[in-house]
Amino acid sequence: MVPLNWYIILSAVIFMIGVAGFLIRRNLFIMLMSIELMLNAVNISLVAYSHYLQDMKGQIFVIFIITVAAAEAAIGLAIIVSLFRNKQKIHSDEIAEMRG
Amino acid sequence: MTLAQMFFIYFAVSMTSLALLVISARNPVNSVLWMLALFFHIAALYLFLNAEFLAAVQLILYAGAILVLFLFVIMMLNLKDELKDRKFIKGWPIGAALVLGIMALIYFPISKLIHGPLGQYTIEAIKADTHTKALGVVLYTEYLFPFEIASFILLIAVVGAMVLAKRRV
Repeated sequence: MVPLNWYIILSAVIFMIGVAGFLIRRNLFIMLMSIELMLNAVNISLVAYSHYLQDMKGQIFVIFIITVAAAEAAIGLAIIVSLFRNKQKIHSDEIAEMRG
Repeated sequence: MTLAQMFFIYFAVSMTSLALLVISARNPVNSVLWMLALFFHIAALYLFLNAEFLAAVQLILYAGAILVLFLFVIMMLNLKDELKDRKFIKGWPIGAALVLGIMALIYFPISKLIHGPLGQYTIEAIKADTHTKALGVVLYTEYLFPFEIASFILLIAVVGAMVLAKRRV
């Protein structure tokens, strides 16, 4: 039997890799993919809890997270397409129109 | 060490290295392909946790739909010049240090994990009326309203993607 801790640590490691990718990469595609990585890490921990606590609620949440991830990917890619059409580049540190 | 633990260690090592490859690949196409391998591993992990329906959804939706969408957009845009540029932002050591700090912060609560009370869905109960049915009964009774909201989110995503990506006329 694999202890629950192992799943949670694996999920945390993958989540932090996703955070690192989001923070340090310049390419907007890979930043968007890092978000998918983080959502998947959360899904792993939810399914692991759901199995070990013998409750279905975690897996219901996973279905909703997958729905939101699909919507987020579609909107994010649409934003990247329109950004590329206007500025011909997709680097996160060269986009400063809003002076943020 | 049992066989199950050895399988889990294989999955943990390969998933961690695949995730590192995803965020360190220079070409986004390579990154998507590593992500595909990672999603197959995650689906296998769901099978490991007796969640067959979610493993199928993971493959169909993530590997089949979302990653193909990524690939289409990456190949639609011409990114030849971007590939020669540097990969990371200027302040990347700060980001890496931040991540390691949060990782250490997360580790301590995990090492002192205590289980909550157990629910009613034991493996035998799920086996008796199949995983998909058990999931569907909960989803369409207890979580009917969130389910409707999820469909509304998808509608907004469809309309929003079209509005954002259409050419100015």
